[in-house]
Amino acid sequence: MAVKVIIPTPLRAYAGKQESVEVQAATVGEALAALTGKFAELKKHLYSDDGRLRSFVNVYVNDEDIRYLQKDQTAVREGDTISIVPSIAGGARD
Amino acid sequence: MATKTGIPAGPAMTKPGVTLSKEEVMRYSRHLIMPEVGMEGQLKIKQAKVLCIGTGGLGAPLGLYLAAAGVGRIGLVDFDVVDTTNLQRQVLFGTSDVGRPKTEAAAERLRNLNPDIRIDTFETQLTSANALELFKDYDIIVDGTDNFPTRYLVNDACVITGKPNVYGSIFRFEGQITVFGYPGGPCYRCLYPEPPPPGLVPSCAEGGVLGVLPGIVGTIQAAETLKLIIGKGEPLIGRLLLFDALAMKFRELKLRKNPECPVCGEHPTLTKLIDYAEFCGVRGEEGPTTVTNVPEITPKELKTRLDRGDDIYILDVREPHEYQICNINGHLIPLGELSKRVHELDSSREIVAHCKSGKRSAEAVEFLRGAGFRKISSLKGGILGWSDEVDPTVPKY
Repeated sequence: MAVKVIIPTPLRAYAGKQESVEVQAATVGEALAALTGKFAELKKHLYSDDGRLRSFVNVYVNDEDIRYLQKDQTAVREGDTISIVPSIAGGARD
Repeated sequence: MATKTGIPAGPAMTKPGVTLSKEEVMRYSRHLIMPEVGMEGQLKIKQAKVLCIGTGGLGAPLGLYLAAAGVGRIGLVDFDVVDTTNLQRQVLFGTSDVGRPKTEAAAERLRNLNPDIRIDTFETQLTSANALELFKDYDIIVDGTDNFPTRYLVNDACVITGKPNVYGSIFRFEGQITVFGYPGGPCYRCLYPEPPPPGLVPSCAEGGVLGVLPGIVGTIQAAETLKLIIGKGEPLIGRLLLFDALAMKFRELKLRKNPECPVCGEHPTLTKLIDYAEFCGVRGEEGPTTVTNVPEITPKELKTRLDRGDDIYILDVREPHEYQICNINGHLIPLGELSKRVHELDSSREIVAHCKSGKRSAEAVEFLRGAGFRKISSLKGGILGWSDEVDPTVPKY
């Protein structure tokens, strides 16, 4: 299944500066594995050393948080959009 | 909690006896003739008390619109002074305000905009020691800060005091907006239980912000604040609005209350404020070198050695767009590309790496030492230090 993964601005530097990447996958886990397979540097920004998704990074399938679906086992369908949403802190100053 | 048609009651209840003067009726006439606000809504706005954390990029449009709308009492918390680099986006301030405390300059501007409202200024840093006391007098807290420790502090203090937190944050050309901490709704920790560990999120190399972005995000925060006050419309509770100014696209994601949230969950384990600098591992802005124990050379030493003809290879590890702003004729390899382009460097030559202020070059030196480079050091204070100590014609950014 072809799914689109939207790369957030802070992580684009580690994903060939692309806004989104299309990958073939049946689950969210497979999609992220395909993504980090293409862009190895992205891996340490998405996963901690014990292989768990980092707690300041959330992953959505369409508009749903995968933590409330089946996490990385969440099935994806053709045309679904996966969003990686990291916390950003900017505001007042730089 | 909002439902499709339900609206949370505005935190400000209209007290009997509060009225608008003839001048106020004139000033707010475009609100008054609109049924969604009307006299009832305007009186709620007049009695509302909103605390703005940060009077920078987000706080500027927020403060202006809340003051213009007639929010009766606006608190401003900021410990900073106006800096020239703020003027690109912090539209509350003018060139003549450079060097003034932000709260003072902001209050003056807002009082000029609307003399009928009360502006409280707190020229202080929000801390675990003062947050609960500061929040006590306000109905709604608006988070326009720029760092993770303060964001977690604002969140926790809002949950503890039961006040909604109108949240906005920005990065380059992307923004996130939502309302946290509304009774029954999710909080910041439901979304992000923990902050990024220090050094993992790109900071200085990836920094910068499109000047108009905080204008858009702060204005959305102002709209959400006013909606909460008048109790109309569908607030951004349980919804995270993502905005991309380059693509000019808004997207919306569902936010759920995490039953296991340590602050607002069913069995909270965090019931009082903590040390947020420690919790976040003290990170945020580009500060002093975080990679320590790498060899350093001061700008003056480097200049002396270059002048006497020593063979020193200057390696600039900043980004190409930074090189365009100013450079000292270094060989440009951005830090992120160093591992792939290390073959461009000759380990037999003496190398001095530099960046903007010394953080990235320290990382570069650490990496290159690991790759077998021995005659390598980091320029202390970066090109900013060079500008300060050696060549003031090099512009600082």
